[in-house]
Amino acid sequence: MAARLILLGRLADLAGTPELAVPLGDAAQIDWPGLLALLPAALAEAATGPKIRLALNGAVLADKTTLIARSGDELALLPPVSGG
Amino acid sequence: MVIVRLSSQSFDPAAELTALEGTMPQAGGIASFVGRVRPTDGTQALELSHYEPLTLPGMEGLAEQTLARFDLEGLLIIHRVGVMQPGDPIVLVAAGARHRRDAIEAVDFAMDHLKSDAWFWKRELRADGWHWIEPRSADHADLARWK
Repeated sequence: MAARLILLGRLADLAGTPELAVPLGDAAQIDWPGLLALLPAALAEAATGPKIRLALNGAVLADKTTLIARSGDELALLPPVSGG
Repeated sequence: MVIVRLSSQSFDPAAELTALEGTMPQAGGIASFVGRVRPTDGTQALELSHYEPLTLPGMEGLAEQTLARFDLEGLLIIHRVGVMQPGDPIVLVAAGARHRRDAIEAVDFAMDHLKSDAWFWKRELRADGWHWIEPRSADHADLARWK
């Protein structure tokens, strides 16, 4: 059982990939500290920054530390945006 | 008519504008803005990436906000994704209204939100490689004008 983590913008560069599988282990779910513990150190450090937001199944979380992800969920780490 | 589109291909702003104009016989004024890849300052290419579950729904939400705030006859928002060359159009926003102020301000409002409050990530290719671009403080100040 796993969730997917999508990495946008410079976070994809940092990880060297636009997507990571997040294994869920026996609990079949994962919280924010659990997710950070699975990430490469540089990515985990960046992800904790106040400007990095987290989406769960297409909805941006008001507070990423409240994350609970389950099997099949899609997470996305969103760095500051820039369009136009 | 309200048109909101993400485009992975180059588009012709003049043709899009003409098509919108045809749908707004009541509009006394039409304002538009075309953003293009700046041909100066050493930029060789520009890439915009997006996140499918958020980007287009976010643009549609912005269109709704714009329509709620200004008295419009029609609104068009087209934003590119993918790799672009200097001179290529990145974004087109156009609004038609019975009176000019609503049209002009609606375009300004939508552009300020697209610059620093829409789900796009931009990077530029320069001689020394790719650089991610984050909004300038001026972009945040522009957005704050509408709060």
